[in-house]
Amino acid sequence: MAELEASTNQGARRARPLSPHLQIYRPMLTMMMSIVHRITGAALYFGMLLLAWWVIAAAAGPNAYANFERFIGSLIGQLLLFGYTWALMHHMLGGIRHLIWDTLHGLEPAERETLTLTTIVGSIALTLAIWVIGYLAMGGPR
Amino acid sequence: MVEFTLPKNSKITQGKTWPRAPKAGEETEFHIYRWNPDDGQNPRVDAYYVDRHDCGPMVLDALIWIKNNIDPTLTFRRSCREGVCGSCAMNIDGTNTLACTKAIDDNKAPVRIYPLPHQPVVKDLVPDLKNFYAQYASIEPWLHTVTPTPEKEWRQSHEDRSKLDGMYECILCACCSTSCPSYWWNSERYLGPAALLQANRWVQDSRDEATGERLDGLEDPFRLYRCHTILNCSKACPKGLNPAKEIATLKKALVDRQL
Repeated sequence: MAELEASTNQGARRARPLSPHLQIYRPMLTMMMSIVHRITGAALYFGMLLLAWWVIAAAAGPNAYANFERFIGSLIGQLLLFGYTWALMHHMLGGIRHLIWDTLHGLEPAERETLTLTTIVGSIALTLAIWVIGYLAMGGPR
Repeated sequence: MVEFTLPKNSKITQGKTWPRAPKAGEETEFHIYRWNPDDGQNPRVDAYYVDRHDCGPMVLDALIWIKNNIDPTLTFRRSCREGVCGSCAMNIDGTNTLACTKAIDDNKAPVRIYPLPHQPVVKDLVPDLKNFYAQYASIEPWLHTVTPTPEKEWRQSHEDRSKLDGMYECILCACCSTSCPSYWWNSERYLGPAALLQANRWVQDSRDEATGERLDGLEDPFRLYRCHTILNCSKACPKGLNPAKEIATLKKALVDRQL
């Protein structure tokens, strides 16, 4: 629609400004969650590196694995792993939410807000549950 | 394309505060986007004080009051003042709606008013909606038939007619499309919620005989599938319609016909 754009500006003494958008729009819950879905999706790429390192280290031998363990056991490693768990849970629940919407369910005003809130609460609850179960299985922090 | 910031000529500058009306009673402050094509300046936000004892209850009343009493150069579109024409669609208090059906007291003060987001501005609160209308035209919003026209009229059962409920009410005010971040970044290729709701209105019409062709036209990575279910459209619609649901219906119809 390039010719349309050209005709739009014809006769204007000065190029028309673009009206403000992100700068002024009120942050809606579903919009913010859509943005978070994108961000967690991107974060998962980096999380995959952690996962790949773990598998490669396990295959490479005891020394490599000890290095991995030292990193992942450190404060930064634990924070990264915790963040990765949350991003994974959040992105998964977001995916399920979109799947539900694609089947034409949960799209009424109250339903879509509840469903979106459930993603936040659910992702935090699942993340905590995974870590509690993980630590219990390991017999406490090492 | 995704652009988070405004182009240089669109950056908003500090505006002025207009003098208050003498002997005003209760006042409400309004911050309104201004842009004049003739003065060579960037857009700005001006502050106005509206005398509530002398003004009706709606945001449109306040705009008209300002134009009549303080600043006759303030430019905006309006016509029916009862939510059926869609002319006074604008961004009020951070969300797109009709100025005529939005009560002043339902907003945080100062009431911030901008034109519909991410559109070229003609003047002040008047956006250029050429692209929006061209997209509506592109879905061919009229009855397509191949069977000979009946002598009297195209008949439709009450049940089939009710399938158009929630769509025929659309007034094409553009609140939904211009609330959609996906539309902001891809408005040259993504049809946007309003045009897609209208597309579904014709796909669902029992009298229309071009359903297949209509769906073919939508089967495109951009025209339809740039909808990421952000749902700003359904939240913004001043008529209480649900464009997101109509878009989901179209997506489902495209899947269903493959099975």
